[in-house]
Amino acid sequence: MTHGTQNSPSYLDAPYGIWSWLLTKDHKRIGIMYLISVTVFFAIGGLFAAGIRTELLTPQGDFLTADLYNKLFTLHGVVMIFFFLIPSIPATLGNFLIPIQIGAKDLAFPRINLLSWYIYVIGAVFTLAAVFMGGVDTGWTFYTPYSSIASNTNVVLAALGVFITGFSSILTGFNFIVTIHRMRAPGMTWFRLPLFIWAHYATSLVMILGTPVVAITILLVFAERAMGFAIFDPRAGGDPVLFQHLFWFYSHPAVYIMILPGMGVVSELVAAVSRKQIFGYSFVAYSSLAIAIIGFLVWGHHMFVSSQSIYAGLVFSIITMIVAVPSAVKTFNWTATMYKGSVTWESPTYWVIGFMGLFLIGGLTGLFLGTMGLDVHLHDTYFVVAHFHYIMVGGAIMAFLGGVHFYWPKMTGRMYPEAMGKISAILVFVGFNLTFFPQFVLGYLGMPRRYHAYPEDFQILNVLSTAGAGVLGLGYALIVFYLVASLFKERNAPANPWGATGLEWQIQSPPITLNFESDPIVTEDAYNYAGRAGHGGHAKKAGEV
Amino acid sequence: MSHVSSKGLYYSVFFALCVLTVVTVAIARVDLGVMNTPIALAVAVSKAMLVILFFMGVKYNTPLTKVVAASGFVWLIILFGITMGDYLTRGWLGVPGR
Amino acid sequence: MSAPNVHADAHQEHHPKLQHHFHNMAQQLEASILGMWVFLVTEVMFFGGLFMAYLLYRNMYPDAWLAGSNELNEVLGGINTLVLIVSSLTMALAVRAAQVGHRMWQIANLILTIIFGSIFLIVKYFEYAAKFEHHLVPGSSFDPAREPAQQLFFSLYFMMTGIHALHMVVGIVLLFIILRMAWKNQFSADYFAPVEVTGLYWHFVDIVWIFLFPLLYLIGKHH
Repeated sequence: MTHGTQNSPSYLDAPYGIWSWLLTKDHKRIGIMYLISVTVFFAIGGLFAAGIRTELLTPQGDFLTADLYNKLFTLHGVVMIFFFLIPSIPATLGNFLIPIQIGAKDLAFPRINLLSWYIYVIGAVFTLAAVFMGGVDTGWTFYTPYSSIASNTNVVLAALGVFITGFSSILTGFNFIVTIHRMRAPGMTWFRLPLFIWAHYATSLVMILGTPVVAITILLVFAERAMGFAIFDPRAGGDPVLFQHLFWFYSHPAVYIMILPGMGVVSELVAAVSRKQIFGYSFVAYSSLAIAIIGFLVWGHHMFVSSQSIYAGLVFSIITMIVAVPSAVKTFNWTATMYKGSVTWESPTYWVIGFMGLFLIGGLTGLFLGTMGLDVHLHDTYFVVAHFHYIMVGGAIMAFLGGVHFYWPKMTGRMYPEAMGKISAILVFVGFNLTFFPQFVLGYLGMPRRYHAYPEDFQILNVLSTAGAGVLGLGYALIVFYLVASLFKERNAPANPWGATGLEWQIQSPPITLNFESDPIVTEDAYNYAGRAGHGGHAKKAGEV
Repeated sequence: MSHVSSKGLYYSVFFALCVLTVVTVAIARVDLGVMNTPIALAVAVSKAMLVILFFMGVKYNTPLTKVVAASGFVWLIILFGITMGDYLTRGWLGVPGR
Repeated sequence: MSAPNVHADAHQEHHPKLQHHFHNMAQQLEASILGMWVFLVTEVMFFGGLFMAYLLYRNMYPDAWLAGSNELNEVLGGINTLVLIVSSLTMALAVRAAQVGHRMWQIANLILTIIFGSIFLIVKYFEYAAKFEHHLVPGSSFDPAREPAQQLFFSLYFMMTGIHALHMVVGIVLLFIILRMAWKNQFSADYFAPVEVTGLYWHFVDIVWIFLFPLLYLIGKHH
């Protein structure tokens, strides 16, 4: 089966027109549509964060009212988690790369893939409606009974938005699982798969096993609020802690939905910038599955100070220590890959190294919080805020941006200025640490999260944090600026600008609509850098065995 | 792929399902103390297994389908088991509120 | 779990129902069936949250559960159980007819499935109406003489059976689509994936009811 000739137009060129995008079934175009959407939501969530950090410049709480502050941190969380972080890597880079990396023409269900984007947009409309009709103030966790009985804000709209968006995540995960099982090219065995695929497979497992539970939980809150049902209502004998169990059954694994794809990106980048086979490939592959599975057994560490039994807490605490092991395996293997590799200092290298440093701090402070006794002191302080930002912003967003920088030439056919890529990575790294490291100290000293005012003693650290947020914002804005600017230049990206292995680098940039001129047949392991003449010397075309 | 079962098999499964429905209604009327619910669940699981294995054809499907079909139930057990593990151990410490 | 056979017979590659990104009809069918199973896993987890709430509250308030259960109409519930089992049989026969390419059998069984599914919903309607009459719907109209924990039972009753009924409605819509395709003679022994995956969905909805019936209707009958 051959489709077209060497002169087939790229997926960006054929066909043209707005409807050719809005009705597209091409996984690459849907990935681009997701990229634009999540960027918009990242900007919106960033604006909310700017409001929070501005308020915290002074201890008095004089910039925003307490009510408005509550709404800002809630919306910051809801937008960043459900509309940016969860779809960020899977729905953009994952959508774009998974079929190409396994040698398929598309995902197994292209129409469902498009449907998932529309569902995401509909969920986004509900949530934005909640914002414009006065916001919501429950915190992104929607804890009952505050969310179901007490709050007089737009919980129903916001919850429906999250409920709907959940289905876009379910459909993405479902599509990836079937695609990875059923669409691999001949010769693409499980242990030849790029680690990006393993990570997304594990992510998809979490998406399909966890998301439905939070969906029904949010629907139950909706039923309480909108229909007067009693599920978690203490007045009827209901238990609000049951809500926490059901919520964290999804929302703890959801952290792995955010970080596992980032780990997949980092595995690709580490191998490429080191020009070396990943150290301990199968360990890295299995550790993704281990994280996905063990990640389902630790949710109670969010509930140490609730009425949860102390024995359950003990077990959750121990399993939390265990789930750190596969993450550590990955980190060790990445560093071992770089050790004695031919590391070149390109912009993806900066992002990868930034990721490793920040993820390491985020992961290790997670162990502090998973320790039941210590958590009683640190619970709901800025220590927690700093910890999860180190994972989600320091880890997931550094990986996301690293991936965007690495795959930008493939996705758009354009190169960006290398110097800018490096400067922005440094800005983001410095700005990030300046923003969030002081928050560890603040939390340790006892500053609680979710208050708009604080004792004067905490001001210096808060000013540092806000200053860092400014640097961080500048770094992000710079990236948008030069990446968008690159779109107006000519397409000059070669097929394989980094000299990397993998099917995605053997096809033209940007790829043609059907990805491959002829169906590829895979004959080598992933990251076979050793089997090459030299850096970037790999010129084997797809299908040319 | 796509095994075709005989009509006779489908009729037998249907008959078994009807019998089990009558059984579960009948047993519910007898007071067996704590055993009522486990027995009702055992009958329900048997009925579900009949539907899954024969009507849905899992018996004749690939090992992958079997694993996928089982995974949902395994994860349910994780959800039920760990959550109840919390509630059922709450009184153990003997300290009020803990 | 091996890669699907891509070197299928050449004539299969030109089947009009083969989508461009699949190599052959077998790969397309396997993807559809795996896809439906993965989807059903999400459905299991979706209902699982409700069963979790049921499990906890039944443990906390066993008496309220018995009292609430005894308000449900066991006869209507039992009839509906049998109706759904019959509909599962006709669904299975419809899929079989599709597999062997027997169009009239398939159409007849699809129509029967739709009829039995509709009977289920009609019975459910009368059950719900009775609950409204007897002030058993949670909220402000709930009978204040009853102990509050019974509200938990009836909230879960309505959520579980309501979401189940919604799945039935979706299933009936799907069956109409399949029926229309069958009517237009779009299926053959080579191409019947839509019938098969709709069947899987229908059987799943039946399984949910197989658990709901004893857990909601029968638990108080020995008292």
